Amino acid sequence: MATADSNHEAHWQRTKGLTITVLAIWFIFAFVVHWFAPQLNEFSILGFPLGFYMAGQGSLFAFVVIIFWFARAQNRIDEEFGVAEDADDDE
Amino acid sequence: MKGDFIQNLGKIYGLYTGGFLLFIILMAILEQAGVSPDTIGYLFVGFTIGIYALIGVLSRTMATDQYYVAGRQVPALYNGMATAADWMSGASFVAMAGGIYFGGYGYMAFLVGWTGGYVLVASLMAPYLRKFGCYTVPDFIGTRYGGNFARLCAVIVLVVASFTYVTAQINATGTVAARALQIPFGVGVWFGLAGILVCSMLGGMRAVTWTQVAQYIVLIIAYVVPVVWMSNKSGFGMIPQLSYGDAVQRVQELEALHQVGALKPTESFAGLKALTVPINAPGETFMDKWKFATLVLCMMCGTASLPHVLMRYFTTPSVRAARISVGWSILFIFLLYFTAPALATFTKLSLLDPNLATGIIGKSIADVNALEWIQKWSAVNFLQVSDSNADGILQINELFMRSGIVVLATPEIAGLPYVISGLVAAGGMAAAMSTADGLLLAIANALSHDLYYKIIDPQAETKTRLIVARVLLLGVGAAGAFVASLKLTSILGAVAWAFDFACSGLFFPLVLGIWWKRANRQGAIAGMVGGFLAGTAYLYYVHFAGGEPWMGIDHLRFGIIGMPVSLICMIVVSLMTEEPDEETQAMVDAVRTPRGGTVLASNH
Repeated sequence: MATADSNHEAHWQRTKGLTITVLAIWFIFAFVVHWFAPQLNEFSILGFPLGFYMAGQGSLFAFVVIIFWFARAQNRIDEEFGVAEDADDDE
Repeated sequence: MKGDFIQNLGKIYGLYTGGFLLFIILMAILEQAGVSPDTIGYLFVGFTIGIYALIGVLSRTMATDQYYVAGRQVPALYNGMATAADWMSGASFVAMAGGIYFGGYGYMAFLVGWTGGYVLVASLMAPYLRKFGCYTVPDFIGTRYGGNFARLCAVIVLVVASFTYVTAQINATGTVAARALQIPFGVGVWFGLAGILVCSMLGGMRAVTWTQVAQYIVLIIAYVVPVVWMSNKSGFGMIPQLSYGDAVQRVQELEALHQVGALKPTESFAGLKALTVPINAPGETFMDKWKFATLVLCMMCGTASLPHVLMRYFTTPSVRAARISVGWSILFIFLLYFTAPALATFTKLSLLDPNLATGIIGKSIADVNALEWIQKWSAVNFLQVSDSNADGILQINELFMRSGIVVLATPEIAGLPYVISGLVAAGGMAAAMSTADGLLLAIANALSHDLYYKIIDPQAETKTRLIVARVLLLGVGAAGAFVASLKLTSILGAVAWAFDFACSGLFFPLVLGIWWKRANRQGAIAGMVGGFLAGTAYLYYVHFAGGEPWMGIDHLRFGIIGMPVSLICMIVVSLMTEEPDEETQAMVDAVRTPRGGTVLASNH
């Protein structure tokens, strides 16, 4: 029972770590980038002023990437600690 | 038979998409053959609603887990499409590009907020709620914290937030139906409701899921096709989303030329606005940046607390599938959201550029008034040309428009064939119907499962429960249509409020229920009641009582007041009262571990 508990605890620690990382990256694209939009507009990307680009497309795309990455990373953690669901659960 | 359907989803929806494209081509041929635009609009709306109704009827069910969570067998990809349709409302479809057209950079806070919220959904909420195995969001609150009062509080917040939202959706279906079918708005609202209910009445979540997938396909085609077409016409290529950067820079030059921002309108028309905000002018001051960030935060936390979104992830086959499904959802949402600013930019370019045939600013008022689309949209009060300074030339502050016109009239402004306008009407209808369906179901399910079955009559039989669920759906829908027909608020004001209500009352009780074992019943109740009341009181103060906004927090951002109050109440009260019993703590541990079946029994 003790080992089951410690395995559970270790799994939760890693899960928390991943969640904090995800939220830190999220915070940058949600708030930090847009705070400096006037300065970013001095630069251009694909012909767009960068500040405009980040609010209209860049941050949005970053969110898509973060979520898919998170789903993969969390799966790997679950498998490592043997708490992932069986493969046929997806059907 | 059931298994067959799930295994053949790719084929079925592939055929459906092909069929819809063929239908568009058929309509284009009919148009060329001389069939009237009215008939084409009629056919577009009628045909698509007919398909949804057919899916709704075929998906009828009398099993509780089918009715509440679609049997938990919706594959991640399809749940992603259904969520995207559930999510993208009439406001996203009809008003977003117009919002960017008029609001410029500041409005794009909605784009960031309504996508970034899914990072919170994926990392903090969806997989854990899926593991829990609840039917509704109050079901989680009621079981995790225990007691009928906590459950009741969650039901109340859910009903207020979702009902605010659903009236705006029924309003949008009414507007589109009224325009496409040439019927009065009051009739359009009830017609729209009938379409919405036929999708959800018989099959609950199961029927709503499969119609929403169909609706997503229609709405994304309807949104993207006109933009790609316009882009091709004006030389920006097949993927305008990546190549409109030059158009943004050109619009900035034109805005300077036409003195956008410097010329203020000297007249006003109800519901119409003149352009006064340049497309790319992020504010330099602390207050501007703060307003952007606070709006983003409210929309994000609202996204992660709105029950009609969260309950979509209860339908996936596994916790793993729920996580991936959030990824698919946001990818499908992204396809529309990164197109909206492109559309706003192209529309601006077509109206402002004097070198283009479509440019009207700087032309003579007489010429502009002779244009067919100007006459048509003026007649229905979407647009007004007024020579305020009587110089015979149309200046930027003399063109007044409703924001929805950017999406609805763009095909005509750019001179595209009418078949595209019909397609856009069908898309707007799909967007508003799918969101309304999700919201009505969220409300009716909370009332039938949490209020009726869990609180009032726990001995009720399955059959009775499902009949009660449907009667409530009908009642809530009728109430929504009635309020919508009164036309109390503009579409977007109400939509933002739903997010603020949801995040004020539910965000922290949901997050801490998973992430903080020490959170207990008293704390959760304090969090829900305190946050919701504080937010609502502030909304009343700032919007209805004419109070001065504090720190620039206006009625769109009242969640900024509600959320901290909710958090503090919840933590303080939890710490002052006893910690939850061992059984509850074990429940939280089980929620955090993907393996080992749901916490609640599958038929509860």
